[in-house]
Amino acid sequence: MIRHLLSGADLDAATATQILDTAAEMATVAGREVKKLPALRGRTVVNLFYEDSTRTRISFEAAAKRLSADVINFSAKGSSVAKGESLKDTALTLQAMGADAVVVRHPASGAPHRLADWVDGSVVNAGDGTHEHPTQALLDAYTMRSRLGRLAGLHVAIVGDVLHSRVARSNVLLLSTLGAKVTLVGPPTLIPVDISAALAPGADVSYDLDAVLPGVDVVMMLRVQRERMNDSYFPSAREYARRYGLDGPRLRRLPEHAIVMHPGPMNRGMEITPEVADSPRSTIVEQVANGVSVRMAVLYLLLGGNNR
Amino acid sequence: MSAYLIKNVSVVGGAPTDLLIRDGVVAETGADLTAPDATVLDATGLVALPGLVDLHTHLREPGREDAETVESGSRAAALGGYTAVCAMANTSPVADTAGVVEQVWRLGREAALVDVQPIGAVTVGLAGERLAELGAMADSAARVRIFSDDGHCVADPKLMRRALEYVKAFDGIIAQHAEEPRLTEGAQMHEGEVSTRLGLTGWPAVAEEAIIARDVLLAEHVGSRLHICHVSTAGSVEVLRHAKARGVRVTAEVTPHHLLLTDERATSYDPVFKVNPPLRTAADIAALRAALVEGVIDIVATDHAPHAVEDKECEWAYARPGMLGLETALSIALDVLGPQWDLIAERMSRTPARIAGLDSHGLDPAPGVPANLTVVDPAARRVIEPAELASRSRNTPYARMTLPGRIVATFLRGEPTVLDGKAVK
Repeated sequence: MIRHLLSGADLDAATATQILDTAAEMATVAGREVKKLPALRGRTVVNLFYEDSTRTRISFEAAAKRLSADVINFSAKGSSVAKGESLKDTALTLQAMGADAVVVRHPASGAPHRLADWVDGSVVNAGDGTHEHPTQALLDAYTMRSRLGRLAGLHVAIVGDVLHSRVARSNVLLLSTLGAKVTLVGPPTLIPVDISAALAPGADVSYDLDAVLPGVDVVMMLRVQRERMNDSYFPSAREYARRYGLDGPRLRRLPEHAIVMHPGPMNRGMEITPEVADSPRSTIVEQVANGVSVRMAVLYLLLGGNNR
Repeated sequence: MSAYLIKNVSVVGGAPTDLLIRDGVVAETGADLTAPDATVLDATGLVALPGLVDLHTHLREPGREDAETVESGSRAAALGGYTAVCAMANTSPVADTAGVVEQVWRLGREAALVDVQPIGAVTVGLAGERLAELGAMADSAARVRIFSDDGHCVADPKLMRRALEYVKAFDGIIAQHAEEPRLTEGAQMHEGEVSTRLGLTGWPAVAEEAIIARDVLLAEHVGSRLHICHVSTAGSVEVLRHAKARGVRVTAEVTPHHLLLTDERATSYDPVFKVNPPLRTAADIAALRAALVEGVIDIVATDHAPHAVEDKECEWAYARPGMLGLETALSIALDVLGPQWDLIAERMSRTPARIAGLDSHGLDPAPGVPANLTVVDPAARRVIEPAELASRSRNTPYARMTLPGRIVATFLRGEPTVLDGKAVK
């Protein structure tokens, strides 16, 4: 098993599949009356969050607690070089406290990589800047596999602000590793340069959502911040929604079996209409539930499921 | 003054000869010289070069003496084979008045390890809004001729035009940090495949090329001298080639790190590799090397940029850009160019001295010439250990790399600043 989970690229197909299979076992715990396993008793998991993300933090916290780990929540929002303790000093503090795993969310891309240089425990990237969010990609893959029965050969469209999306990067890497085909869709201003060369040679880019929809098994909508229009990425929220938002008519262009995903939090009316978000083809609530199982699997495997 | 007799040294790659240094000048050259009062240095297998001249050094004093001082930077320079460095203006306070440039100049004289030639800011406080008193700096004891807002681009085209015109009165030159600021907001590294993978905001090549293109046209229009700092892209080389063919009075520098390191280094997220302009691609490196050999790029300049540990031991986005360069520049040049001594002397000593107007530097060792020279062991190889560097800072991108060449001795006006590879003070 790998020591850290920093990037979707850290996972080969076998490891990723092992995590998904383990997550399926973990999911059965959630259905029991006593939702707890003793697997990580006596181990310490620190949630180190430099950004507000209640949903991700709670998901990791629930995962660690269901495995009986001791959980320390360390909210360092607003910390930076300018004010407060440096990341390195925080790392040394966590190290001294004997953290077995550090789950880190940070606004700066690469911060978890730096942290991994400074602590002995496992580092789990819970979202770093505009870089990656590998456990989100794992829970998305888990959700697709649950709904559609497989990952290899699926065609997944990832739609929206790919440029600033850590979810998109991790998903492109992981889905490609697991044999799915990815098409990135968005306005050219929000598709980063050389994306296929950078992440996955098989990934395609399209600027035309309507053309892509009839051929996909999964459409994953990314959150688009309204503020982006002030930086000329697109002219207005309304134009964005018209060209790249998923609404009822577009939903009906999808094949019968196709599902709609969103990592949350949603901008209803922007990238997705309420009609679509609340439709039976939407997996958005399921994704949240699956998040706990997948994070249990990650913590379990990183902290000694196999190598102790 | 003491005398030194350097035996069997190859002057700029020529056949071995002896050099007698006395009274601040090269007194004599030739085979089998004797001088009973002189200290003898056996330089068999070694190469003498005119003392290197750096057109782009950050000495950090006044303001960030924790990162570097004029003295520590001068020592690093001497150990790198330099006899003159041009100190950039982005100190605190900014070198935008006669007072500050004279302070830096005086600190350089007191350290007496290299000639420190201050560069003056183009605009007050590097703010890019109004011209600093360029004439006052030119007329000061520091005799400033190069003006630069380095670290910031003089982005306003009208202000750039005026600056270029104004300094003609005293044969000044504007050294432009070419970076269109609107195209590089929040930029962290070269925009390309690697920035996409790493999720770091890209610094597109066009942000450099667009400013160079604009400024060569402005320089042509007003008939002024323009120097381009740290050229980093293949596209910039093409713009410069075109401008030079048209007869524009433009010169350009490339840093050692842009000749050697690619943006792949950012994959570690270690900000020791964060620099502005950023490390670029292998194709850019190939174009820069070719341009340096060809002369489209005139010189190698270090952009030596010391930073305190806390400004580098952090998240990439929060780190300051810049890397050390003075103590490794010649080794990188040797690594990249091979033992082309005349080319190295041209690109690292003669031409930078000419651009800066430093008349006593950049002269090959010959009878009557000021003894500003350095002696290199081309056969030596050394492992770069950050802790062993003379700079106060440790942010070298070459840590634990093995590089060719070692500076054995450096002389400033006939006095050794480095002997046996060690600074004399």
